[in-house]
Amino acid sequence: MPFDIIDPTIIMGGVGLSCGILLGVAARFLTVTVNPRIEALTALLPGVNCGACGLPGCSEYARALIMHGAKVNLCKPGGPKTMRQIAVFLGVEPVTMERQVALVLCGGDDKTAIRKFCYNGIADCAAAALVGGGDKACGYGCLGLGSCARICPTEAIEITHARLAVIHPELCIGCGQCVKACPKKIIQLVPESRTIHVLCRSKDRGNVVKKNCSIGCIGCTLCTKAAGNAIKMEGALAVVDYTQPLENEEAITKCPQHTIIKRSGRKEVPA
Amino acid sequence: MNEPVEKTLPIAAKEPTWLASSSPHAHSGDSVRKIMLTVIIALMPALAAAGIFFGWDALRLTGVCIVSCVAAEAATRKLMRRDKGIGDLSAVVTGLLLAFNLPPALPSWMAVVGSIVAIVIAKQFYGGLGYNPFNPALIGRVLLLISFPVAMTTWGPWQILSPAAGVDAITTATPLGLVKTTLGTGQPLPFVFDGDTILQFFMGAKNGCIGEVSVLALLIGGMYLLWRRCISWQVPVFYIGTVAVFATILWLADPTHNYNPLFHILTGGLVLGAFFMATDMVTTPVTKTGLMFFGIGCGVLTMVIRKWGGYPEGVSFAILIMNAFTPLLNRMTRPRVFGHGQKKKQA
Amino acid sequence: MKTRRAMFRSKGGVHPASRKRATNAMPVEFMPLSKVLFVSMVQHMGAPARPVVKKGDAVMRGQVLGEAGGYVSAPVHAPTSGKVIAISERPTQAGLPAACVEIEPDGEDRWDAARQPGPDWKTMEAKALVERIVAAGIVGMGGAGFPTHVKLSPPAGKTIDTLIINGAECEPYLTADQRLMVEAAQSIWTGVQIVRQILGARRLVMAIEDNKPDAIQAMSAAMEGTDAELVVLKTEYPQGAEKQLIYAVTGREVPSGGLPMAVGALVENVGTCAAIYDAIVEGRPLTERIVTVTGAMVRTPKNLRARIGTPLADLVAFCGGMVGLPGKIICGGPMMGLAQGSLEAAVTKTTSGVVLLPHQAVQQFSSMPCISCGRCVSACPMRLMPNTLGEMIEAEDNEGAEGLNVMDCIECGSCAYECPAHRPLVQHMRQAKAEITKQRLKKATAAKG
Repeated sequence: MPFDIIDPTIIMGGVGLSCGILLGVAARFLTVTVNPRIEALTALLPGVNCGACGLPGCSEYARALIMHGAKVNLCKPGGPKTMRQIAVFLGVEPVTMERQVALVLCGGDDKTAIRKFCYNGIADCAAAALVGGGDKACGYGCLGLGSCARICPTEAIEITHARLAVIHPELCIGCGQCVKACPKKIIQLVPESRTIHVLCRSKDRGNVVKKNCSIGCIGCTLCTKAAGNAIKMEGALAVVDYTQPLENEEAITKCPQHTIIKRSGRKEVPA
Repeated sequence: MNEPVEKTLPIAAKEPTWLASSSPHAHSGDSVRKIMLTVIIALMPALAAAGIFFGWDALRLTGVCIVSCVAAEAATRKLMRRDKGIGDLSAVVTGLLLAFNLPPALPSWMAVVGSIVAIVIAKQFYGGLGYNPFNPALIGRVLLLISFPVAMTTWGPWQILSPAAGVDAITTATPLGLVKTTLGTGQPLPFVFDGDTILQFFMGAKNGCIGEVSVLALLIGGMYLLWRRCISWQVPVFYIGTVAVFATILWLADPTHNYNPLFHILTGGLVLGAFFMATDMVTTPVTKTGLMFFGIGCGVLTMVIRKWGGYPEGVSFAILIMNAFTPLLNRMTRPRVFGHGQKKKQA
Repeated sequence: MKTRRAMFRSKGGVHPASRKRATNAMPVEFMPLSKVLFVSMVQHMGAPARPVVKKGDAVMRGQVLGEAGGYVSAPVHAPTSGKVIAISERPTQAGLPAACVEIEPDGEDRWDAARQPGPDWKTMEAKALVERIVAAGIVGMGGAGFPTHVKLSPPAGKTIDTLIINGAECEPYLTADQRLMVEAAQSIWTGVQIVRQILGARRLVMAIEDNKPDAIQAMSAAMEGTDAELVVLKTEYPQGAEKQLIYAVTGREVPSGGLPMAVGALVENVGTCAAIYDAIVEGRPLTERIVTVTGAMVRTPKNLRARIGTPLADLVAFCGGMVGLPGKIICGGPMMGLAQGSLEAAVTKTTSGVVLLPHQAVQQFSSMPCISCGRCVSACPMRLMPNTLGEMIEAEDNEGAEGLNVMDCIECGSCAYECPAHRPLVQHMRQAKAEITKQRLKKATAAKG
């Protein structure tokens, strides 16, 4: 009777042993050799795998840096700090770079912008834009269904109760995913240090804008006089030229539509 | 990552009076709720028959199951913070079908346990209506059958119209159970399956779960479902047809130990299963061909369990096993898309 | 002439209430000129037309306002004589901004002096006929607006043996084609013969659904004594869809991603044929079309012969206005039409109808999870699995959807019409198709450069 235990023990032990040997052999022949330099460089990157550099993830960017000589300033979440670290690691000259954050160039929520109909369908901006161009009377308005917020890797985008996407610059890593996701193309990456923005993208004439939205740019050009050459007119729309310095806050007060706002950049937000 | 709260946006503000949506702007007008209501109506003849044959017990069990299913659904949805409660009436259908699969003398508390299992574990844990891979009512019944085998197989006495010589006309088993036990002890078939017995079985004066006894009442409900396009003919036809073919082969091979195929059709939960459980939309294939294979599979499994399995009845298990094959059947029976294959040379 | 039933019946399809009775016996009325006509440069599939007039220009009816923006494009003509008051950007019926020439009619409605009736078409070469069709800006008037000359110019080596004339009009509510067939059977028939001469098609089939007995009668009278066939289709939606119609008539399946000419067939809408008659015989470019204005919220539903560019609001006003506020405003039929945010959009070459539905007909819905009833699978005329596709696209699995042939979807709406869970299946398909097209384009440009 006690010997009944011997057979199963031998069988099970044998199976276990042979499996172990097989695994050992496999480990030996199937190992993937990793370039230690790529690993070390990957560790320097932020690791959010956002894809802003144009490569599938951080380790791919590290590989591209080492193997294919990619540019050192592509990592937007890492910003200048990471860029300097990469440059030091690779022994190349650092380049100038300013961190960028995303901004929704629309202030027209349910309280300020007119809707032409009640949209009934999939709660997704890209899908809604296929139905009559979206429910906002303004063809350039934020649809507020959160396609940008869903794709944001850091949850930096808030959809307000009045259905408007608002990006929190202190959380934004500037990866640019939302810029691509927005079917209305009203999200833009702006330098982090900038505070004065024109929150409108409507190319419509002033009278049309006024009909559709109470805070849209009507192209009155008052701000361009106040801001020097940092705000320029593109047709009937005032556009901030982010290459020109703009400190003068007079443009904000001059705007009759309250389209121009001050948004604090990352640095000014207390941690 | 932010999850969308609702999949479809309801209308928030009321200022613009008209809607806009993607086409089509016309709809057949049917809804999940209407379908469930149709199923409930279709089950009413069988409920009436249950009331006639089992009296108060049948109504008690049905009431207990419906109330506890609906309560369980409402409570779980609230706890899981899911929108929409019980308005789609699917919990009522689950409750009815579970009750129909219980013996009349079952204690109420067991029915409550079955209901909770059916709704909470078999349905809501998977995500609610539409996501459950198995028929909730059958899961509830099978769990009760495994947990409380005695209570689930205890029946009252009833009389067979044409007993075989030497066999008592009064029995406390179901027809299928009686046949299984007598054949198991090496005795001959327990009764003569003649015209009287066929009519008796067809009308429903026999032992069985409360909703399955009256084949007549179930057929009336089944026809109503077919007429209202709530079920496809493929499942009942191929399910019952396969059972008939299988039973005919057995009967022709050995008539002394097998009844003719009508016996297998008129007993047990076959008609209930074929019209109401194997046609559950969520857990069965979407293609007509898939439904055909589903029906055939159910038929074969039912007969295999009835003939060679440990249980006298196999409808519940057969349908549950075939439920597991539904995704596979859906993949295998994908229709050939218009303009694909066949005419490749011309492309 | 032979009259027969359709020999093939494609799978799928639905039977929505036709609701054509409100207008199917109403003779077409002339819509008076509006104060301003908004002539969009996007009235067809393909490249938008380029405006060639300036603000302040005086134009004559039939004068070119916009020239074709490419091969797959069509010119746009002035619908009446008057003055160009602006060239603006206005949303089209699809809600997307497009260039638009605004014309203030002078009320005289004078034709362009250059317009002249053409020579006898029977003596003309196919090429010359196609050139006249190009110049007249004729596009498919059934709804898609595919430039007709492209269809009529098959590449060398492709022969088209079967010409099918589409008089199915399977969309509920719409009666524009039906009335045209009843009232202008002879000009349709002449247009059909012109097309046949261009293509040299051996077989000519006129296809009409059996719910239009008056149209069948009128067309068969016009076709009497010819070798053409008249096929009576069983009323079913989407019978008038190009691929389904070819199958119903010939039993041939247009291969996935291919054009009807791949199976030697060509489908022209009856409205297009009438426009071809106008262009070739009368020398009139496409400046007007028949629009059915109907729906429970229109006081007196009518079929109107309206100028291109007429604002929808004027059409509704001419029909006695609205009974109350509509629940939905649709351009086209209720199955495939475009919901409008307002009545500001204007009639284009493809506007077959304006339908104002009451609130109770368009109750808002929110969708439920799929209950796998399989009705969409049975209804899909392309034999897709809309249930699976919808779930895949909801999970943003566009590659998976592409693998299940979402690109073959014709957006007929049969699936969503049947869905008891009210799932926005067509919108899902549209979204995926748009996304996949974008990706393919990106891949193609990447491969090139």
